[in-house]
Amino acid sequence: MKNRFRPALAVAASVVAFAAAAPAIAGKTLDAVKQRGTVKCGVTNGVAGFSAPDTQGNWSGLDVDTCRAIAAAVLGDAKKVDFVPLNSQQRFSALQAGEIDILARNTTWTLTRDASLGFNFTTITYYDGQGFLVPKKLKVTSAKQLKNATICTQSGTTNEKNVSDYFRAQNIPVKTVVFESFEASFKAFFSGRCQAFTTDASALAGLRNKEAPNPDDYVILPELISKEPLAPLVRRGDDEWFAIAKWVPNALIEAEEFGVTQANADELKANSKDPAQQRLVGTGEDLGKLLGLDKEWSFRAIKAVGNYGEMFERNVGPKSVLKLPRGSNNLWNKGGLIYAPPVR
Amino acid sequence: MSREASRRGAWLAWVVQALLVLAVLAGAAWVVNHALEVLRSRGVRSGFDFLTEPAGFSISEGWIDFDASQPFWRAFLAGLVNTVRASVPAAIFSVVLGTLIGIGRLAPHVLLRGICTAYVELLRNVPLLVQLLMLAFAIANLLPDPTEPVRLLPGVWLSKGGLSVPWPVSVEGGWWPTHFEWPEKGDFGVSGGAALSPEYVTIVAGLSFYSAAFVAEIVRAGILSVSQGQVLAGQALGLTSVQQLRIVILPQALRVIVPSLTNQLLSLVKNSSLAVAVGYPELVSVANTTIGSNGRAFECIAIIMAVYLLLSLLISFGMNRYNARVALRGWR
Repeated sequence: MKNRFRPALAVAASVVAFAAAAPAIAGKTLDAVKQRGTVKCGVTNGVAGFSAPDTQGNWSGLDVDTCRAIAAAVLGDAKKVDFVPLNSQQRFSALQAGEIDILARNTTWTLTRDASLGFNFTTITYYDGQGFLVPKKLKVTSAKQLKNATICTQSGTTNEKNVSDYFRAQNIPVKTVVFESFEASFKAFFSGRCQAFTTDASALAGLRNKEAPNPDDYVILPELISKEPLAPLVRRGDDEWFAIAKWVPNALIEAEEFGVTQANADELKANSKDPAQQRLVGTGEDLGKLLGLDKEWSFRAIKAVGNYGEMFERNVGPKSVLKLPRGSNNLWNKGGLIYAPPVR
Repeated sequence: MSREASRRGAWLAWVVQALLVLAVLAGAAWVVNHALEVLRSRGVRSGFDFLTEPAGFSISEGWIDFDASQPFWRAFLAGLVNTVRASVPAAIFSVVLGTLIGIGRLAPHVLLRGICTAYVELLRNVPLLVQLLMLAFAIANLLPDPTEPVRLLPGVWLSKGGLSVPWPVSVEGGWWPTHFEWPEKGDFGVSGGAALSPEYVTIVAGLSFYSAAFVAEIVRAGILSVSQGQVLAGQALGLTSVQQLRIVILPQALRVIVPSLTNQLLSLVKNSSLAVAVGYPELVSVANTTIGSNGRAFECIAIIMAVYLLLSLLISFGMNRYNARVALRGWR
């Protein structure tokens, strides 16, 4: 008789066991990262200049370098990063659920995302704006001429909303065709489905160079219709990890300002008398312990990826295929907006 | 076993079942509660209050006009209507096409039988997503540019921008159509009138072709389930082969066909969510956009689940009613 109930009891027991084993609130991210030995970094599934894998599966880009710098500072090895490619709909859930430690995925800092998703944005690593790419043969010179045009874009992005806002404000009717993946959206554009494609201007340049059948057949319109400050973000409630994610990029910016480069870091470490440089290369006062790191945290980060200017040049600037001008992304004392609070 | 013992056993069974249900419910409640607690502790806002806020994105096609200043709930409604707008024609096409192919698979003619068999084997063995992407690719590459549309008939234009036809419209704010709006060729392609977008054609055609392969097999099984004697009886009465099929075989085959067909229609509606991959703005697309803008993933997924559950229950209800009509009376 008793045997009849055994399966039922087993089910009940497993339900209780599952409930008890359900995930508890994640512990400190830094401890988890050290124990695991890698930083889990959420990136795009491929935007040239920001995060894209090459044919060997090596990731490169501005966002990728930010994660590498953090790995170098925290774990002593820039290679200890697990890159998790995420599309724009997955990215926030992945961070909320703790699948990644940091999201460095050209994500725009907005009030809603900052205040209601349980995140903290760290440091703006790229000042972008949304633009339009159109075929030259349409002879369009301004976004304001796009009346009744069809515009391709990607769903779940600020771009989709900005387009609505912009053309509504101008009282210009346009149609949008919205695709789930970035790739599907630009492929539709290049196949001729839409008369314009919209996304952040930096990505437009990459697309034109990498994906267009003939780059010279396309132009980027002059209008930038939005502010898109791109910044990495971390979960709220872990101030220690937030501080690290904030100060590693800040140190790279400060390194550019004070002339510390990948090439001269060793030499400056041996000889520099400048206190600002000494703090960056780890021979001045120990700022690392305030972050829960050692004294050479920023030295390792600079050695691994170079200072902010070098990162920019290599990934999106003159030494890259994108060849984007420094513009707003120049240092604050050179007419740009890039500004780090003092590393001291 | 005494009667006393068996009664005690039945009572015990009830108690254990009740406890089991309670344990499952308590477990589920605990998991949900725990998840909400974690979200709160991480500063994540939750709840369905966002539904009344303005959505901030627009939806470019469908039966419900939607612009960015309207609230999220209306966006979800427009998405739901778009899901139905794609699923219903696809269901009708797939049943018609599938029935013809199913009959074709039993045809005496070798070539016809071969084509129908090849259709079924090819279409049902390639993933639907792949078929959709291929269709979208074909449409994107074969049709002319929107700036150089082909004029099929006066007022009917075809291009990558879709198929545009004249459509009755009302004057601003009116309820009844007062005049026809004719599509016109502009700088950026055809505008005005009504347009079947390439995305819509892709999802309806893709779903129809794919589901038709399964419907064909269901129809074939249904026909084969009718005993050969019924055909002979039809022949004895002097019915033509078409009459045999229409009057004798298919009505009896329906008893086998309808329950399986219900399953097929259910999966067709659920498969319509793949439309998001080809740019058609249906429910899942709206939900994705919403998650991207306010991060309410739990809530949006709950809405998707509820809507598909509701649609599926409606289809089951309708098909079960139909099934009751075609079933053998004696069985009820």
